Amino acid sequence: MGHPGFTFIGARYLGVLVIVALWSQNAVAHPQKGEAVGFLTGFRHPISGFDHVLAMVAVGLWGAQLGAPAIWLLPVAFPMVMAFGGMLGLMGVPLPGTEYGIALSAILLGCAVLFELKPPLGVAAALVGFFAIFHGHAHGTELPPGQSALLYSMGFVVATGCLHALGIGIGTVHRWRWGQSLLRCAGGLVAIGGAFFMWKAFA
Amino acid sequence: MKRTNTSRVPLYAFVAFTLVMFAFPAEAHLNNTGMGLFYDGLMHFLMSPEDIVPVLALALWSGLRGAAYGRRALFTLPVAWLIGGFLGLSTVNAVAHPIIAAAWFLQLGGLLAADAKLSLRVTTALAALLGLYHGYLNGMGMGQPMSAVVVLLGLVFAIFVLVALAAAFVVRLHAQWARIAVRVAGSWIAASGLLMLGWAVRAR
Repeated sequence: MGHPGFTFIGARYLGVLVIVALWSQNAVAHPQKGEAVGFLTGFRHPISGFDHVLAMVAVGLWGAQLGAPAIWLLPVAFPMVMAFGGMLGLMGVPLPGTEYGIALSAILLGCAVLFELKPPLGVAAALVGFFAIFHGHAHGTELPPGQSALLYSMGFVVATGCLHALGIGIGTVHRWRWGQSLLRCAGGLVAIGGAFFMWKAFA
Repeated sequence: MKRTNTSRVPLYAFVAFTLVMFAFPAEAHLNNTGMGLFYDGLMHFLMSPEDIVPVLALALWSGLRGAAYGRRALFTLPVAWLIGGFLGLSTVNAVAHPIIAAAWFLQLGGLLAADAKLSLRVTTALAALLGLYHGYLNGMGMGQPMSAVVVLLGLVFAIFVLVALAAAFVVRLHAQWARIAVRVAGSWIAASGLLMLGWAVRAR
């Protein structure tokens, strides 16, 4: 009876091992300029602006407060809506007041976490989706030239997803009473940060 | 005990996905592994994110749909890829359109994110189409037919292994959060496709 268990565990390790073994770097005699750093440049972009980081993490925090199904709907939907905004930015479609929209997103999302607001799922998704377009658009218009579109895009999206995961990870403390207070404090800090960036946008 | 046995599978799937996402840039020429043409072809696939990501999306999606779908993708995709490769051997210049590449990301990532419940026949058709198109692109400009066949075999072998691993991991996932984690991967792939689409339109 012990053999099936061993096979089960062994197969899992073997699967990961094969992929790790196959993941070796190639020798590139003629590197294509820009591509080698495309993924890392894309990865760094969403985490380079503190206003973006605040809002992304706040989405995760709010999702954790709202619980299922919001906790999984928001991380699935947000990257796609944000990428849609990025696509508009890349295509040159104008979106007025982007900086204000980003700052306002941090204020509103921070307040939602601070006051532990629990609107209907559609309202929460619409609010988050609306601001995701501003964030994506800002990134889309700021993309540096000379990058690999594919690797840059993947790095960009993965970093965004990781910020959500960070917020959701922090949000797991919501199960404890002290954790709920901590999350509300974090929401307050996000809102204050958003107010600061709004002030900077006007200044 | 049962919970303990199944709880780590999603973790490994995530680790595997993360590693695959760190694939390095594609190059028009084959990677010289020094181990022969078979491994050159194998490595060419593993170093080409524009090839590997749609394959991964298809494998994860078919795994989500069940073992029958996973098996169908496992055998249809490599065979179609090989046929496409043979067809492409007679062509000299490789022209991979960035909008079509973005469309594959968007379509397969979107299907995975939505956990779309398409029929087995449609899944088979998608796998065949993906294989034919990408195989055709791979086969283009490969040079001498005899050596190209060995390269293609290595490439197809890598596809078979990747689909087998990825689909098998997902087929065994039953916890809701684990299946959602796989769908999040699909949303990331679709989001990358959207950005690639914007990039391709801007470049025109």
